[in-house]
Amino acid sequence: MGQFIFLIRRDLSLAFRQGMDSVMVVVFFVIAVVLFPFGVGPEPGVLERISAGVIWVAALLAAMLSLERLFQTDYEDGSLELLALSSLPMEVTVLAKVVAHWITTGLPLIVAAPVLAVLMQMDAGGFGVLILALLLGTPSLSLIGAVGAALILGSRRGGVLLSLLVLPLYIPVLIFGVSAVDGAIGGYEYQAQLMILGGFFAGSLALAPFAGAAGLRQSLE
Amino acid sequence: MADLHRFANPTRFLRLAGYIQPWAAGIFFISLAAGLYMGLYASPGDYQQGESARIMYVHVPAAWMAMFCYTIMAVASAVSLIWKHPLSDVAARATAPIGAAFTFLALATGSLWGKPMWGTWWVWDARLTSVLVLLFLYIGYMALQGAFDDRTRAAKASAVLALVGFVNVPIIKFSVDWWNTLHQPASVIKMGGSSIDPSMLWPLLIMALAFKAYYVWVLMIRMRTELVDNKVRIMRLRQVHGG
Repeated sequence: MGQFIFLIRRDLSLAFRQGMDSVMVVVFFVIAVVLFPFGVGPEPGVLERISAGVIWVAALLAAMLSLERLFQTDYEDGSLELLALSSLPMEVTVLAKVVAHWITTGLPLIVAAPVLAVLMQMDAGGFGVLILALLLGTPSLSLIGAVGAALILGSRRGGVLLSLLVLPLYIPVLIFGVSAVDGAIGGYEYQAQLMILGGFFAGSLALAPFAGAAGLRQSLE
Repeated sequence: MADLHRFANPTRFLRLAGYIQPWAAGIFFISLAAGLYMGLYASPGDYQQGESARIMYVHVPAAWMAMFCYTIMAVASAVSLIWKHPLSDVAARATAPIGAAFTFLALATGSLWGKPMWGTWWVWDARLTSVLVLLFLYIGYMALQGAFDDRTRAAKASAVLALVGFVNVPIIKFSVDWWNTLHQPASVIKMGGSSIDPSMLWPLLIMALAFKAYYVWVLMIRMRTELVDNKVRIMRLRQVHGG
């Protein structure tokens, strides 16, 4: 446990000292969402209708952008090999990295989301569910993404490849995340969607560390 | 596993594959001819859908094969990760493009059928969406295979991906039961017996056999090609290193 927390703190302090990574992710998120009113026109009705979907898609892309560097720097400077040699199981290492990734990218996205929801004219009734859905959904994104990030280590064109591997697996989270928010705005049931999002989180929490660890091990052979 | 490992010897496998290949080709051509004849001429049209229901004889077997190929790919990947069986890598890699082609065929024929029946080329229904995701998974798998210079790395990384992506297969199978969708639920394999008339079931099953034989045929060709390709590469390397 001590090592686990130490690894998270190491990744967090690296992220904060090296600089702008998580700020960049949020800036990308904001810019991507702000593009839509220019693209589809600023009519409040249209924007309100698409607000949940746009915010979710932008959050997905923003979370994916930062994934490439999840293991890449450690892989290149050799610290990944040291982590593999340590007494900490590889699965726990992956989990620690995912937690750090979520704190540096998922959490800022959730903080920024209500502001964007205001810009997108979303009905105020959807704010709470949007935050709740993102809280349940973004950890799954980080977990699933970690598998992809481990698999592309040492490949050519890693970044583009990563999006090809990870985005199809993100679709279920997107579907239920958006339908929860839309349900809340329209005054329908949304608990079921939130529970399914929670189910995705629980499932990926149980399985993704193993797949990610398998990916890391084969990259180090 | 002892039996499987007997065929881990590529030379023995090549001999076996050379024996299977013409048989698979023969079964494919005969059952395709019979299935097409029965499906297109000898069977009745649907009482509601008329003649356009006949596209089912291509669409349904293609969709079955799309899921079957992914399952084979995932099983072969698991075998290669767990037992390091050398041929399972080759089998998984050879299966991917065939499965992707079947998936595309299923989507394309479904879309052609959907236009007169549903009045649209495409609906975002659970079955269609999950099959589209399957196509993306195949493409991602093939892209990952091609992204490494080292073949064993490529095989291992994509084996993990194939296993992760396998979660989609049961979702496709049960999507029509879990969600109320436009796509019709299963009628051939279900609890309480098939609800499809024998005059339509037989051509469908014969077409399914034809598609399966086609898969085996092409798989044998692709696996033999890859094994020979490996041999050539090793011989070239030997020449270069003067061994």
